[in-house]
Amino acid sequence: MSLAEYRGLESIEGPLIVVDGVKGVGYDEAVEIVGPDGNLRRGRVVLIEENRAVVQVFSGTAALVPDRSRVRFLGRHLEMTLSPSILGRTFDGLGEPRDGCGAVLGGFRRDINGQPINPMARAYPRDFIHTGLSVVDTLMTLIRGQKLPIFSSNGLPHNRLAVQIASQSRITSGDNFAVVFVGIGIRNDDAAYFIEALRDSGKGRPPVVFLNLASDPVIERLAVPRTALTAAEYLAFDLGYHVLVVMTDMTNYCEALRELAVARGEVPSRKGYPGYLYSDLASLYERAGVLRDRPGSLTQLPILTMPNDDITHPIPDLTGFITEGQIVLSREQYAQGVYPPVDIPASLSRLMKDSIGKGFTREDHPDLAGQLFSSYSKVQEVRALAGVVGEDELGAVEKGYLKFGQAFEKRFLSQGEREDREIGVSLDLAWELLSLLPRSELTRLPSSLVKAHLKG
Amino acid sequence: MKKQGRVISINGPVIRAKGLSAFAMREMVEVGSLRLLGEVIRLEGDEGILQVFEETQGLQPGELVVGLGEPLSVTLGPGLVGAILDGIGRPLGSLLQKTGDFLGRGGGLEQLDAKRNWEIFPQVQKGDIVTAGTLLATVKETPLVEHRLLLPPGMEGEILEILPQGFHDGESALARLRDGFGREMELPLLHRWPVRTARPVRQRLRPEEPLLTGQRVIDGYFPIARGGVAAIPGGFGTGKTVTQHQLAKWSDSKIVVYIGCGERGNEMTQVLEEFPALVDPATGHPLMERTILIANTSNMPVAAREASIYTGLTIAEYFRDMGYDVALMADSTSRWAEALREISGRLEEIPAEEGFPAYLPSRLAEFYERAGRVTTLGGERGSVTLIGAVSPPGGDFTEPVTRHTKRFIRCFWALERELASARHYPAISWTTSYSEYAAEVRPWFETHVDPHWGTVQDALRRILAEDEQVQQVIQLVGEDVLPDEQRLVALAASIIKIGFLQQGAFGPDAYCPPEKTFAIMELIVHFYERAHDLVAKGVPLRLIKEAQEVEALYRLREIESDNLQAFEGIRRRLESRLERIGAERLAEGRSQR
Repeated sequence: MSLAEYRGLESIEGPLIVVDGVKGVGYDEAVEIVGPDGNLRRGRVVLIEENRAVVQVFSGTAALVPDRSRVRFLGRHLEMTLSPSILGRTFDGLGEPRDGCGAVLGGFRRDINGQPINPMARAYPRDFIHTGLSVVDTLMTLIRGQKLPIFSSNGLPHNRLAVQIASQSRITSGDNFAVVFVGIGIRNDDAAYFIEALRDSGKGRPPVVFLNLASDPVIERLAVPRTALTAAEYLAFDLGYHVLVVMTDMTNYCEALRELAVARGEVPSRKGYPGYLYSDLASLYERAGVLRDRPGSLTQLPILTMPNDDITHPIPDLTGFITEGQIVLSREQYAQGVYPPVDIPASLSRLMKDSIGKGFTREDHPDLAGQLFSSYSKVQEVRALAGVVGEDELGAVEKGYLKFGQAFEKRFLSQGEREDREIGVSLDLAWELLSLLPRSELTRLPSSLVKAHLKG
Repeated sequence: MKKQGRVISINGPVIRAKGLSAFAMREMVEVGSLRLLGEVIRLEGDEGILQVFEETQGLQPGELVVGLGEPLSVTLGPGLVGAILDGIGRPLGSLLQKTGDFLGRGGGLEQLDAKRNWEIFPQVQKGDIVTAGTLLATVKETPLVEHRLLLPPGMEGEILEILPQGFHDGESALARLRDGFGREMELPLLHRWPVRTARPVRQRLRPEEPLLTGQRVIDGYFPIARGGVAAIPGGFGTGKTVTQHQLAKWSDSKIVVYIGCGERGNEMTQVLEEFPALVDPATGHPLMERTILIANTSNMPVAAREASIYTGLTIAEYFRDMGYDVALMADSTSRWAEALREISGRLEEIPAEEGFPAYLPSRLAEFYERAGRVTTLGGERGSVTLIGAVSPPGGDFTEPVTRHTKRFIRCFWALERELASARHYPAISWTTSYSEYAAEVRPWFETHVDPHWGTVQDALRRILAEDEQVQQVIQLVGEDVLPDEQRLVALAASIIKIGFLQQGAFGPDAYCPPEKTFAIMELIVHFYERAHDLVAKGVPLRLIKEAQEVEALYRLREIESDNLQAFEGIRRRLESRLERIGAERLAEGRSQR
């Protein structure tokens, strides 16, 4: 361990400082920097070349003066203090309390980078989380231990949706449920909305909040999800809570990563983002799951805003490759007054196939979901056609689809912000709507189910 | 004394060290007090660059680098089947015992459990002359796999001693041997092979037998041959992994090697939970008894991701050399290419396209060329069939990895977003996919399944091709205004898409034997041809379309595989219904006249 203090910096470049003549410094070690203003800044070692260390400073390098700054290498990694008393507290990106209630007492410290879960230690997520939203429960079921992001765009109600999911979420067994909210570079009023709404939801304990506001140092955005996930892992796997982590906005995280990569002079890949964006995002998203021999679970609901509504942009694209599905919000639906404005064909929950149906939700659920997806995608085709030839020229079957599509959006997809629907109610509603279509169109449903459920 | 160097600088997984003049390129090293594993990837005089397969947190300049004297190698022998290994061949099960639920670091390279006992059945005797590939002994590794211990490549001689029948552990010497120069050597039961070197074969053969996958769209439409190479490209959410899992489950190979390369941890867990419970349709034993998993999940170290592909390939080749058909699934090769890119970026190499190194195509070629159907050194037939998933960013097939992959593969199963959105699974596009093996394996299907396999398949292709054009018109003006002949094409195509190409990943439809595949194809084509005749005679399509017997065609896939005689009845009922429709309508027409 080296707790030696060094005076003077070799150079300052953006968020990076270079310290010369260091000895016994390890890669990724935590660092404290004090400038002439006396303020303590924190950083980590990102590169070592013989006796030169390059340090990334989380709180920014403004006001640092090369020969009037002191640097201390802490001989350990960045850590977060953990104890059961973190519940209900608010922290900054580096895990320091920012609610003015003093330090976390009686805790121990843990490396915020975490360690990969051994795939053999995992249990495959199979437990249905009730969200009370027909579209989510029926068509993109959320499973305990899943990472299911919301792909949204500026101006869409992703925050309201996330709050509704977080506050209506019900896990059938027990009530040891905890919410961790992670604000990454978000506006002050968004943060206030989340914290208030989650507190008002009356779901037992208040959330654990980790905040890096838009006005806070950019590079600290790289630490905030790691710190928060370390706390979430502690709650889930040490204390046995079922933890739902809401992280917003992952786009800000990626922007910060790009900023750092450019400052380090790295070879960019797509759109200037570093080539390791995938691995880096995976090191966050993969921290969700259920372990075989431990009681809790960690479910992630990251929110990201797609730049220019473009789902092929590297941020949503790479996220989609790592996460277990996605809930995509649609500007068109929202413009039609639909809430939640979910883009159904583009949305997906990868884990639902093994966790719905007999013994989980209801026997008819899997086939019914398949039929709804397929019928609704046909609605889009028919609408496109109607746009060309006019509605009057359509055949009877096509007209049936238009009717179904409208009813589906109005009655099934749309629901109130405080409306909590049981899964059975949602499924029955789906059958009712499918009866608007001729039976011969229901090719996804085995005849036995049609007989049992379809009226008329 | 072991070779030693010292760390100079650390940049993530890339480390510069000095004192490496005695080190070889690609030599394995242990770095620092934690003994992190790495390999030499560049040498410049006394200095060199290492890539480390574990996280380098906390490593300091000045720490030791120790050469292990061999390139990255994997231990081969009994104990592989049913195992789950990390990217450099360490069993995750023993890591779990060592470091708990979360993966730790260091601790060296312990691969197969050498302490485990196996029952050995010797197959040679003292005095026998053996050459590379000669079968020395067998081990019943699992009820599905007889593990054949062969004389490794590059060796020959006279057997002086062989282990007697009975239980022996992995540290035993299998045999003692005297070579042509009179040198005696001991042959260990487990042997090591450098993963980046292809294992030699006697001769490469042309692919002519199909690898049956139980998936209709593949077996019936875009077949793959044993020893073939295929790619499954698709954006996220199009079902690459599910398709790969289906192939791993149902393809009729002796051994399946599944590489989870930079993918989700939960997916590996799913395989681990699901495969032991699933039963191989051919043998009735759990699928895990023929499966080997290599897992480098997306949050495991990136350098080990690059190595995982080679670890898997080497294990596949090892079983091929025993005369087995091996199927290897790599999910996803894009993550491997990105690992190359990441390391290359840290080496500050000049990038070619989109940051990928200029040697990306040659690495892809090396990888895919290790597949093939061969005569092994021992004179047996074996094959490695290689199926790589590709994850093109934004689903754009023109990106470098997809584009270069296309140059080296012969079977392309393109997953399409539109199909996946409509929940048409597997979302393999019938327009952009292709299989160059279709013609080569057709004779096999015609001999083993049905002599009309080829003609029926061609008819199916024609219907779908015509449908492409019909659909374009429908999108412009709607279906109602089209002549009945074209609407019949659309109807038949829709039956093909829903009743034949779509296939559930779960339940009884998950595995479809080639006989059933043929029965469905044949019946749909037969219907089309009969209906075509009727429509040509002036029977309105509406009458045909409404018939219950025609609707039943959509559900042919629900028929159980062991009840194929049911097709006879359905065919008879359809036949008589069409006859009746025709007769009534034509009689009507005559009476009106």
